[in-house]
Amino acid sequence: MRFPPADAGADFPERFRGRPVGSLDLGACLFSPEEAAYSRDYRMATSTRDALVTTTGEVELARALDERARKLFRRSLRLRSVVAGSCNGCEAELVALGNVVFDLSRFGVQFVASPRHADGIVVTGAVNRNMRRALELTYEAVPPPKLVIAVGACAISGGPFAGSPEVGTGVGDVLPVDLWVPGCPPHPLTMLDGLLRLLGNDTFTEPS
Amino acid sequence: MSTLREPGLRNRRAIPWARVPVEPVEQFGQSVTEAVAGGWRVASLFGTPEGGGRTRLVAILADDAEGQLGVTSAVVGDRYPSLTPACSQAHGFERELAEQCGVVPEGHPSLKPLRRHPPDHLPPGRHVEVSDREAYPFFQIAGDEVHEVAVGPVHAGIIEPGHFRFQAHGEQVLSLEIVLGYQHRGVEGLLERVGRDRAVLVAESIAGDTVIGHGGGYCGALEALAGTRTTPRGQTIRAIALELERLANHIGDLGAIAGDVAFQPAAAYLGRMRGECLNLLMTLSGNRYGRGLVRPGGAAFDLTPAMAGEMRDRLQRLSEELDPVLTLLFETASVQARLEGVGVVPRSACVEHGFVGPVARACELPRDVRHDHPWGVFRFAHIPVATMWAGDVLARALVRRLEIQRSLEFTIEQLRAVPKGAARVDCGPLRPNELVVAMVEGWRGEIVHVVITDDTGRVRRHKVTDPSFHNWTALGLAMPGNEISDFPLCNKSFNLSYAGHDL
Repeated sequence: MRFPPADAGADFPERFRGRPVGSLDLGACLFSPEEAAYSRDYRMATSTRDALVTTTGEVELARALDERARKLFRRSLRLRSVVAGSCNGCEAELVALGNVVFDLSRFGVQFVASPRHADGIVVTGAVNRNMRRALELTYEAVPPPKLVIAVGACAISGGPFAGSPEVGTGVGDVLPVDLWVPGCPPHPLTMLDGLLRLLGNDTFTEPS
Repeated sequence: MSTLREPGLRNRRAIPWARVPVEPVEQFGQSVTEAVAGGWRVASLFGTPEGGGRTRLVAILADDAEGQLGVTSAVVGDRYPSLTPACSQAHGFERELAEQCGVVPEGHPSLKPLRRHPPDHLPPGRHVEVSDREAYPFFQIAGDEVHEVAVGPVHAGIIEPGHFRFQAHGEQVLSLEIVLGYQHRGVEGLLERVGRDRAVLVAESIAGDTVIGHGGGYCGALEALAGTRTTPRGQTIRAIALELERLANHIGDLGAIAGDVAFQPAAAYLGRMRGECLNLLMTLSGNRYGRGLVRPGGAAFDLTPAMAGEMRDRLQRLSEELDPVLTLLFETASVQARLEGVGVVPRSACVEHGFVGPVARACELPRDVRHDHPWGVFRFAHIPVATMWAGDVLARALVRRLEIQRSLEFTIEQLRAVPKGAARVDCGPLRPNELVVAMVEGWRGEIVHVVITDDTGRVRRHKVTDPSFHNWTALGLAMPGNEISDFPLCNKSFNLSYAGHDL
């Protein structure tokens, strides 16, 4: 039996804006052409907020959960989506993760219709005033142990809306975050790479 | 109505602010209602702070038949007689300006909070009481067998937040009230405050699935105010991107509709094919949604001949793959049975409320900014307006199918003959004290950006109207009489933007 090589099938066009090169906070980056120079590397999800702030362009990619958590979630992870003041771009890419091209379910990861059925929440959006309470209530309704995944510049730092009186500075101010996925929006493979690393699934990544 | 026409306002033709007529508020109301009775449409109606603690109300009206815009205004204090009783098209706009400007439209039949935030366009010197964001007076129907169903803001799937309050009798929906504002991020305030480099990124993020549409509206407004003429090449690249955006969303919508009637083959194929369109935008701009492409002065990424050829080939292949899938979808009896006669919007409602985009076109109202108020390439290359007549879920799906075919033809054709020259020119400073209206036919319908500059050429007011602002009302009208289990299907047949509405 042969395993696919690492990075199999991740073929991005020339202009794709992947991980920025140089000194930058990937969590505040909006991935616009004017902000930075970019590589075509789609891998940039991290386990801590600090790991997103790089001086060299290199980023410490997400580590797997501890053994106890891996035992619980490695083969079956149910996630609840909470959208808290977004533009809908990140949600569109999260939805794409479920299509026949990316097929998230083959990794045992599924989105569910109630926080009661979930192992964690995926937060998109800048955590605005009008959704803050709903976000907190949804998180409280997830039975522990539970994960929080922040997807997109808005969820990490407020994104394009940072500085507006209606939004905060990211979900990290409200909840404990286990995985940070930068992008505006992150490409589905960036999200997938982050999720697989978190679960310790090294089918498509270099074994850690 | 000649007052309205007199300043000569058109899509992307700026006029001096001093030429905007100022009428006494009763006459202002009459001008608007008479124009609408005469076939005009309210494209925008908003408030902007004026000196002395007063607010200037501005109405932008569209004469689609003549391709002209009209404008009038009035100065008010803290209240004025509502236009809505005589003109339903003013309904949402008046709720919005009441909330933004702290002004009361007296006699408004339903003055409820719209986005639930404190006033952010209060004239200096005015203070209003800040009300509870959570308080909302829901409509209720009383009766032994009537029950109330509340959905959201957090929804079952991966979808934006909004609240739906049904009054139902068993399966049958008696009424639906939609409460939005959960995606409110303060977009207009940001557009009015941040520098140009950042503002375009905010504009691209008004609705993340309408990056090209709103980016184009924003840039179109700036270019008109700066007197910048974009090049034919820049216009062509933007038009290609706009149609790719339309294609990606229409294909995705048909896939989602198929999913909601449990027709998995079409849902699966169309989901993949939507990705093909996004990947074409990524080839062109480096981002699947086209972020970074539309910039003041034109297109920030150019097309190489090799790229144009490759994109043409991919679109040709896509067209050939799509055809049998769409045939399968629309000719399957079990699908037709679910889509026909469900979620009907009467044509009269479209006219009365001013619905736009495929929703209006599915009721045989041929409204399309590319046709009625053309800009850029659309002045020369015409895409036939796609209409259907039944106003039901099926009609809205069929309009999308037609638009997919026509946008594919158009885009392939444009890629065959991209005009020579630069893709982008410099966009200089904005002229002071002017007003401009930039309209785009986004994939959901008419997008309007109204920008007013101050005497230093800074943006002092930026009014954004997403097509969803008009069309959410259509969903509320379409649901009563249907079964509550058809709500997801109806909702998807409109596929409105929560973020675009909420700003």
